[in-house]
Amino acid sequence: MSIILESVCYTYLPGTPYRREALRDINLTIEPGEFIGIIGHTGSGKSTLIQHMNGLLQPSSGKVTLDGKNLHGKKNETLKSARQRVGMVFQYPEHQLFEETVFDDVAFGPRNLGLDSEEVASRVEAALHCVGLPAADYAKRSPFRLSGGQMRRVAIAGVIALQPQYLVLDEPSAGLDPRGRDEIYEQIMQLYDSTGMAVVLVTHNMEDVARMAKRLLVMNQNSIEFDGKPIDLFHDTKINLHDYGVSLPHVTALLKQLRARGLDLDDTLLDAGAVSKAIRIALQQMRNISC
Amino acid sequence: MTTMLQIKDLCHSYRNEMGDTMLALDHVNLNISQGEFVAVIGRNGSGKSTLAKHLNALLTPDSGECLVIGMDTRNSNFLWDIRQSVGMVFQNPDNQIVASLVEEDVAFGPENLGLHSKEIVQRVEAALKMVGMSDYRQHAPHLLSGGQKQRVAIAGVLAMKPRCLVLDEPTAMLDPVGRMEVLEAVCKLHREQGITVVFITHFMEEAVAAGRVVVMNEGKIILDGAPADVFSKVDLIRSLGLDVPIAADIAERLRQAGIELPAGIIRNEELAVALCP
Repeated sequence: MSIILESVCYTYLPGTPYRREALRDINLTIEPGEFIGIIGHTGSGKSTLIQHMNGLLQPSSGKVTLDGKNLHGKKNETLKSARQRVGMVFQYPEHQLFEETVFDDVAFGPRNLGLDSEEVASRVEAALHCVGLPAADYAKRSPFRLSGGQMRRVAIAGVIALQPQYLVLDEPSAGLDPRGRDEIYEQIMQLYDSTGMAVVLVTHNMEDVARMAKRLLVMNQNSIEFDGKPIDLFHDTKINLHDYGVSLPHVTALLKQLRARGLDLDDTLLDAGAVSKAIRIALQQMRNISC
Repeated sequence: MTTMLQIKDLCHSYRNEMGDTMLALDHVNLNISQGEFVAVIGRNGSGKSTLAKHLNALLTPDSGECLVIGMDTRNSNFLWDIRQSVGMVFQNPDNQIVASLVEEDVAFGPENLGLHSKEIVQRVEAALKMVGMSDYRQHAPHLLSGGQKQRVAIAGVLAMKPRCLVLDEPTAMLDPVGRMEVLEAVCKLHREQGITVVFITHFMEEAVAAGRVVVMNEGKIILDGAPADVFSKVDLIRSLGLDVPIAADIAERLRQAGIELPAGIIRNEELAVALCP
């Protein structure tokens, strides 16, 4: 069972002078439990693509199915259940906070599902725990009095509380400082490991996508240009990442530079500790040869 | 060198949700000379943006003072001169663009100065040229990429002929190529026009491009120096919730493992040269 996009095209404002094609012939299958990164420059169609995953946008042509059911078929139920099963965290989700307390804000979604108050409370507590904001300390506080990073995590908790099978996040680390960024990604990783929820992550942050995503999609000019393992993308010499508005992870760029200067290094390494060890070994080898 | 910005013992307080008075800026002292390129880094909530807003009198000190080319920001007679001298660029380009054509957007500021139309046209052309956006003068801003929009926003500020540019996380919403475009445009302005730059960022590799890095934490400046010196303090920077460029990180790990390396390595090329001369 999965999300399947078949020959999906999408055009904004069709039939007007402002008509703009945003997606062209997209074929994509997202299986439960996958961790997918989506990269590409601004305007390449990433946000339009993810909004098809829970039926927020209806394809101009083509079809989106969730577990075999057409999201825009005759039954409205399918769309409704898709909104719950595919949770969507937009860019700057903290702008969507509106309740007086953190608890009420996170509870908004589960209450709308018609769950009883006990179930709502337990879901809110679990969701806040997931994002590292224990309910005991935060539930009664105003979301508007929290730091930017905390507000963002409350907003993410609101989506997690729906217990979706797929979690789609659009640039969750934008504007956060390095520690805030690490914390958010660590929590997403933990959630992924502990629940098996599929994660679709739109990001410009190459380091993180290389480290976390098992599968990477590169969007360019309204199409999916690459679909495969991150490491294959970063080492495919035929692909000019710059054309896609994408850059190499910093550590990969460093490794390439060191290799060019003759150090025998595995340039698929991503962890700084492993890299420094590999450099030491390579230096040793070089000395042995020259002696 | 002429002092551009002079901050003495500046405090800025606010009330938190418990009703306690908190200091967003806690006795900050900072002098920035004309023509400097200063990067400001620090965690969310460390006071960077509050500091930036003092630099063109969007905020005024609760105590201490902030002088812009000698003008006290608390003196309302100087307000327009200060705002014209120090141009601000914010994080989200969409919030800063007002017109439906690029050239009209850039003309907005000079029009408000009541300049002659010939002068406005000249300024718009020059400003767009400086950020490499001349070819787009007839384009609709909302159809540009993030990096292009942000460069239009910078051009709008340049058309006011400021002496100092304050950019508050101008690259936070951009893709890597957009980030590079904006950083290159700012570096070029600094190099060729001699504009003083204050650049707030969470991207350490951008801070490396500056001549000086100021590190803020809990409303105080705790480090202030050349990028090579600041980023050599790997443990301190990490303990502040910040990061160092990858070359500085790896260099420090290698030093700890007993490999001799010169101090102050922060760029990939520097590490490459040091390891394989």
